[in-house]
Amino acid sequence: MRKLLTGDEAIARGAYEAGVRHAAAYPGTPSTEILENIAKNKEIYAEWAPNEKVAMESAIGASMAGARSMASMKHVGVNVAADPLMTFAYMGVNGGAVIVTADEPGMFSSQNEQDNRNYAKMGKFPMFEPADSQDCLDMTKAAYDLSEEYNVIFMIRMVTRVCHSKSLVDCGERKEVPVKTWEPDPMKYVALPAHSRILRVQIEERTEKLAEYSEKSPFNYSEMHDTKIGVIASGASYYYAKEVFGDDASYLKLGFTNPLPKNMIKDFCGKVDKVYIVEEDDPYIEEFCQVQGLTVHGKDTFPSYGEMTPDVLRKSLTGETLPEVQYDHSKVASRPPSLCAGCPHRGLFYRLGKRKDIMISGDIGCYTLAAGAPYHAMNSTVCMGASISVGHGAQQVFNRAGVKRKVVTVLGDSTFFHTGVESLINTVYNNSNTINIILDNRITGMTGHQQNPGTGFTVKMEPAHAINIEELVKAIGIKHVKVIDPNKLDEVDAALDEFMDLDEPSVIITRWPCVLKKFSDADLTEWPGLFKTKDVVDADKCIGCKKCQQTGCPALLFDKEAKKVSIDRANCVGCDVCVQVCPVGAIVKEEK
Amino acid sequence: MATKNILLTGVGGQGTILAAKMLTIGLMEAGYDVKMSEIHGMSQRGGAVVSQVRYSKEKVYSPVIEKGTADIIVSFEKMEALRTLDYIRPGGTVVVNEEEIPSMSNMTGEEEYAPDVIDEIKKAVGKVITMNASQMAQDLGNIKAANVILLGTLVKAMGLDEIDWEDIIRKNVKEKFIDLNLKALKLGMDSAE
Repeated sequence: MRKLLTGDEAIARGAYEAGVRHAAAYPGTPSTEILENIAKNKEIYAEWAPNEKVAMESAIGASMAGARSMASMKHVGVNVAADPLMTFAYMGVNGGAVIVTADEPGMFSSQNEQDNRNYAKMGKFPMFEPADSQDCLDMTKAAYDLSEEYNVIFMIRMVTRVCHSKSLVDCGERKEVPVKTWEPDPMKYVALPAHSRILRVQIEERTEKLAEYSEKSPFNYSEMHDTKIGVIASGASYYYAKEVFGDDASYLKLGFTNPLPKNMIKDFCGKVDKVYIVEEDDPYIEEFCQVQGLTVHGKDTFPSYGEMTPDVLRKSLTGETLPEVQYDHSKVASRPPSLCAGCPHRGLFYRLGKRKDIMISGDIGCYTLAAGAPYHAMNSTVCMGASISVGHGAQQVFNRAGVKRKVVTVLGDSTFFHTGVESLINTVYNNSNTINIILDNRITGMTGHQQNPGTGFTVKMEPAHAINIEELVKAIGIKHVKVIDPNKLDEVDAALDEFMDLDEPSVIITRWPCVLKKFSDADLTEWPGLFKTKDVVDADKCIGCKKCQQTGCPALLFDKEAKKVSIDRANCVGCDVCVQVCPVGAIVKEEK
Repeated sequence: MATKNILLTGVGGQGTILAAKMLTIGLMEAGYDVKMSEIHGMSQRGGAVVSQVRYSKEKVYSPVIEKGTADIIVSFEKMEALRTLDYIRPGGTVVVNEEEIPSMSNMTGEEEYAPDVIDEIKKAVGKVITMNASQMAQDLGNIKAANVILLGTLVKAMGLDEIDWEDIIRKNVKEKFIDLNLKALKLGMDSAE
């Protein structure tokens, strides 16, 4: 059966065909669709975990108990999951285990460009690098058989273009793999130093065997054409190189890249005059070749960062790109992403950005857009959950240095569950006095609406206990808590005013659903008539001051000739933020 | 055959992704090797959306189009045609929906939305097909059908009209929108001349 699948869909299909029974993940672009597609199979238990470490541990437990399991995440998620991953790599598996990392050369939706192939090398576990969707399916299936054969977790290293590009895939049938028997085995599963010292020695033997496999793996192969140039490539780079070099070069395509096939590489280099290494992110293969004493060209020719797309390769090799048409580039207006009309973050950031003497410690989500115009209401963003703890650290310095500056931390509901909870425990435990705002929009927004521990549903849309954020923060020890409607600007101001001079930590929960969310029955009960109204401008009253546009709402249009604002009815959902901002009362709720 | 390159672009919510999906299904069913690349993520939030489709009777390598090699750009919004114009090959065709969607920086007055975007495209590219697909779709009864009008123009302009697009529409749009989209497809095909 032939299907046109994205790499993410093909990984999910591969997991299905390989008999996977247990899959866990935390959403993160470009990896999110892996678990979303796995969850469509009734044969596989699937779960959103609150963070990647928990997802990894859930997959480890499932493997120990005898089932084939998978954890999938974006590249920075592996940092969160690295603690269990590094030790599980010592233990080995019972049921086959795979971790999928989705790296982001070019950083389309990420805060850094780390190359997670280094994790495979550091953790001494084997790795596949698929180049297209067929590779994704084939390598996933192979990874499970090999994981059990060599007794080790496998990593599959994807990149954005492999995750999100579609290509044709020949699909097969599911192979049912029985759950293996679980037996207590402290030597294997209890990571005491005495045990780990023994396992550490055994890893050397495993690595030697995997190195032998690498030399004969069907996923590592050469294609000999003209031998003046030889290209060694892995992942998406292989196809980019084929596009640029065509049949004027020979290729060594590496799909199994830890351990690398030393003899195969040496042999290939011996057959061609000049060797280029084409790979994205770090000089991972290149440095290996250099250690072997081989003369190769990689980062001396190609950029050290970004995607190695055909344009980039051609420019690096020839100094030129293909001819392009000429036009006035200055006429291209920028189109940055913006908060949607009706976004519940708008009212909060519009008011927060106007406060003086504060530092706003932000986090990862749609709301990171508040760092830019027109809000300028975010001073730092590091990683998931960092807002609260980074803010705490800064507040301690301000307090001790006698600087009168209040730190306000801001993060979403899913991000709070991810790692914000521990940060807030730290804030309470260490007697901090930050204001912490949890933007509870009832869903994981930016990655495309995934359920989370606060929403009341699992990934399979089965009912689940919805953790109440207000009760949770009170249980941690926060004494000052307010739940507000962020579309009501006076509620935003009142909550900030009340907590601004406290010597104790406080929490403001802005509770209003994401405008793009598919509302649950509970949502519609809590907010009857949600987003069913429109706001409208009375053109006679509008003075053209554009103050309403400072809320950054994309439904507000300014007519330069008439010097009046109007509201795009198709876009407006009646959140009323602009109504409250207009100094002359020209914007009102439309009468039905 | 040499690999053919199609670039579809627009603003989030205009239906570029569904048009690209139907295009790739049609190409696959016609026996072509197909690759398509999209970048998702933050772009949903009012940003630009680009789908790149490549197909051939032989193996297609890269899923992304190299600048200067697109046989056709189909732009669902006129500024987005100008933004992606580096991709067109000399002699390629640009299909532009005349709809103007101001960006946030245009709305706040920080940046001007150039009034002569289409003239600028016509100066640079020999073959430009302009149409008000949004208005045409509105006249058919639903502005959302603009994407299928543009798909119709695209497949006609690329000589892909032997593929049974009506069947693909029937299988990929909600039942109540089938008639609308069949009309939109025909209207788009007729607009390709």
